[in-house]
Amino acid sequence: MTITEHPKYIGMRVMRKEDPRLITGTATYTDDIVLPDMVHLYFVRSPHAHARIKRVDTAKAKKAPGVVAVLSGADAAATGTLPLFVNVPGIKQSKHFPIATDKARYAGDAVAVVVADSHGAARAAAALVDVEYEPLPVVVDAEQALAPGAPIIHPELGTNLACTYPFKGGDIEKAFADAEVVVKQRLVNQRLIPNAMEPRSVVAKIDGNELTLWSTTQIPHFVQLFVAINLGIPQNHVRVIAPEVGGGFGSKLNVYAEELVVPFLAKQLGRPVKWTEERREGYLSTTHGRDMVHDVELAAKRDGTILGLRARTVANMGGYLQAFAPVSATILHVFIVPGAYHLPAYDVEVKAVYTNTTPIDAYRGAGRPEAAYLIERMMDRLADEIGMDPAELRRKNFVKPDAFPYTTVSTLVYDSGDYAKALDKALERSDYKGFAARRDETERRGRYRGIGLSSYVEICGLAPSKANAALGIGWGGYESARIRVNPLGTVQVWTGTSPHGQGHETSWSQIVADQFGIKPDDIEVLHGDTLESPGMGVGTFGSRSLAVGGIAVHKAAQRIREKLILLAAHLLEASPDDIVFEGGKLFVKGVPERSKAFGEVVFQLYLAANLPDGMEPGLEAIVYHDPENFTYPFGTHVCEVEIDPETGAVEIARYTAVDDCGVQINPMIVEGQLHGGIVQAIGQALYEAAVYDDNGQLLTGSMMDYHVPTAGDVPSFTLDHTVTPSPVNPLGVKGIGEAGTIGAAPAVVNAVVDALSTLGIKHLDMPLTPERLWRAISEAKPMEVRS
Amino acid sequence: MPRAISITVNGTKHSSEVEPSLLLVEYLREKLLLTGTHVGCDTSQCGACTVLVDGQATKACTVLAVQADGTAVTTVEGLATDGVLHPVQRAFQTQHATQCGFCTPGMIITAVDLIARNRKPTEAEIRHAIKGNLCRCTGYQNIVRAIEAAAAETQAVTGVEVRR
Repeated sequence: MTITEHPKYIGMRVMRKEDPRLITGTATYTDDIVLPDMVHLYFVRSPHAHARIKRVDTAKAKKAPGVVAVLSGADAAATGTLPLFVNVPGIKQSKHFPIATDKARYAGDAVAVVVADSHGAARAAAALVDVEYEPLPVVVDAEQALAPGAPIIHPELGTNLACTYPFKGGDIEKAFADAEVVVKQRLVNQRLIPNAMEPRSVVAKIDGNELTLWSTTQIPHFVQLFVAINLGIPQNHVRVIAPEVGGGFGSKLNVYAEELVVPFLAKQLGRPVKWTEERREGYLSTTHGRDMVHDVELAAKRDGTILGLRARTVANMGGYLQAFAPVSATILHVFIVPGAYHLPAYDVEVKAVYTNTTPIDAYRGAGRPEAAYLIERMMDRLADEIGMDPAELRRKNFVKPDAFPYTTVSTLVYDSGDYAKALDKALERSDYKGFAARRDETERRGRYRGIGLSSYVEICGLAPSKANAALGIGWGGYESARIRVNPLGTVQVWTGTSPHGQGHETSWSQIVADQFGIKPDDIEVLHGDTLESPGMGVGTFGSRSLAVGGIAVHKAAQRIREKLILLAAHLLEASPDDIVFEGGKLFVKGVPERSKAFGEVVFQLYLAANLPDGMEPGLEAIVYHDPENFTYPFGTHVCEVEIDPETGAVEIARYTAVDDCGVQINPMIVEGQLHGGIVQAIGQALYEAAVYDDNGQLLTGSMMDYHVPTAGDVPSFTLDHTVTPSPVNPLGVKGIGEAGTIGAAPAVVNAVVDALSTLGIKHLDMPLTPERLWRAISEAKPMEVRS
Repeated sequence: MPRAISITVNGTKHSSEVEPSLLLVEYLREKLLLTGTHVGCDTSQCGACTVLVDGQATKACTVLAVQADGTAVTTVEGLATDGVLHPVQRAFQTQHATQCGFCTPGMIITAVDLIARNRKPTEAEIRHAIKGNLCRCTGYQNIVRAIEAAAAETQAVTGVEVRR
């Protein structure tokens, strides 16, 4: 396990190779694809959150201008059902047809589909599909869905409880018996709508036996698998392409109904078919995130030593279990609850529950933001209870740097870390010591000021395949890479990851460039096309791409490098140990004039006239890398807010983040990921919430009603980092895609509660909107004036 | 009834017959195949469809193609001149203001409009100007940096008509 010696491009702020097409408008997103003779789909979606479908009359719609076909759920049932990738013990899975056949289970559940020669014609005809519904009682709240007498979403399961996921470690009874202080808090992690800027879109065409499918997906290979399985097309005749994909955040991490219905119809009609989501449609039919309620108790000594934590969580799954939904609520949540702390005992239980709402699935962080929020809010509640500085409470309980690899009470093995180092740097960069003076100055202006910390640990590098199997995730956690060096020396890299904004073309080029002694610009990285890639790619989610997919690329490059070394040693009559790669050449250490150009050595492998005995011609490598452990990035975020007592409006006055994602391949990209992640978490903390009425109607059903943060809502951030390499992979990398989202929400909420603590306020649930704060301030009796 | 319109797009005059209900963004994407202009919402919130209409940043989902009759429209495809990128485009790359790229064309157009009106915008002015352009990836920080950098290079800005 060595870090690449003398990295040149690893660690460099290389400008992104993706950008030229993005800044000129020449990139091709799925909806940009136009094919001859193409028809358009429009889905008829249930206006009821829960209703029996008594009759679907398509006759009138079929006669409308431009209409090619109209299908009910029964007509499309041959697509089969949507997959679930999770098999945790006792899970109760419902059947999930792409178009509902018997009942609509949430407002937005598809009940019919219209095909017409234009989007407008399909949309107009959709209004003519006559569906007779028998409305049924509705339940939108997960706790209410567990109550006796609640409407049952899937009667064949006999319950709304999809699964119970308990985990215990240490002696929890003793922890609470020994406690000198117990803080209890109910925490609501509200439902969010991911809002990737590009709406989902699917295009399919059939050419003889060949089906080509373009989709806005983070997992093209899984889409290929299920299109092949469900539609009965041999896998080698299904090509799935994720072209330019405009953000995902987990909302494109699924095998969606439309990804089966579009190719199904392309095959039936023998014509290309396109469906592009309207944004309001997406608010109903693209997965939501979070929606968990936690009842938490934290046991501790008066000196701040934490002893044990108990949490009972109810997680809303929506009307169906989407592909990964239960993972966020269970596996990715339960084990990481102890966070950065030495927690001797814990007892966490999650209930995942069906309701009449849009299905939930992974949303940036997926279970880990909820866990970080849980532990970091509780640490602040404890600090408040015992009158201890929140930074000191954290430091006191941190897993110590010499304890790694550290086995948590939840049986995870943290790879590496120095939590106090990141905390100290964050306190210094945020001028934590100077806060009291800033607060006094703010209060003189008649406003409240608060400071909040969050010291998170997250779990990345998903995942060792055996761990997946043991935990009940129905597929391995490896990633694939293929590198081909062509006879004329051009380098092509195929990755099983499927970026949608993360810049893998750039970062993977940097990794390969360092192995070959060439420039990143000399390397082409290809992704998101099942045609030429390795047989399986797992895809991009869970901050896994670099720590698993990047390592696969690195290993493939090493394999090619080893072959080049042997050949160069043979051609240059030198020892393999003395071959150096630099500046596009291979030369003998200390004798740079004894050299061959990179392309010249490659060419010899195809010429095959002068190869060492036993060496195969050609230069190609395929690697499937299965990680040996997860990786555990960490950091401390410090947020400072000002609150206007007259309006309840929160302004983020300062924000400092010190993150450690191990070795950074491209710091520019790392910072960009953090900026975006932090703003998404600020969105959750202050602005965003998906709100349903009691009838299951989504009240925040458009961008007009749901507050995606704008540039005017957020400040610029101060970022810094520490570097604690991961020992579990040869590059020492960990992952950064979700860190901002995981670290920031508790820091913001802790800051707001700190600001209002003078009013006796101990906790407020997200989102901390002006209305919520104004009410809290108005209702609170001023406890005392700060002296 | 289709109506005849004539719009100059990126310097080329296009005369077409269009339905009165056709949006400018649909005209650009579907009739002219200028797919650099994106559609990210249906309530005029996201700004992904922003183009210059007679030099002014305009959400192309809020304008009918027939309303744009007789105007000059610039889309992201028309910003570079003779293969040389517009300073805002360049700055979006050098400052890493782009991640998934979907909001980028609209964001760039809005920035071009801002710099044409205000050669030295402050951070607050920039943030105010791009409030109508949503980005879910970048957190806006590097977009603000890019617009600052492009404004600093503003003397080099040529080829963008400014209507005052």
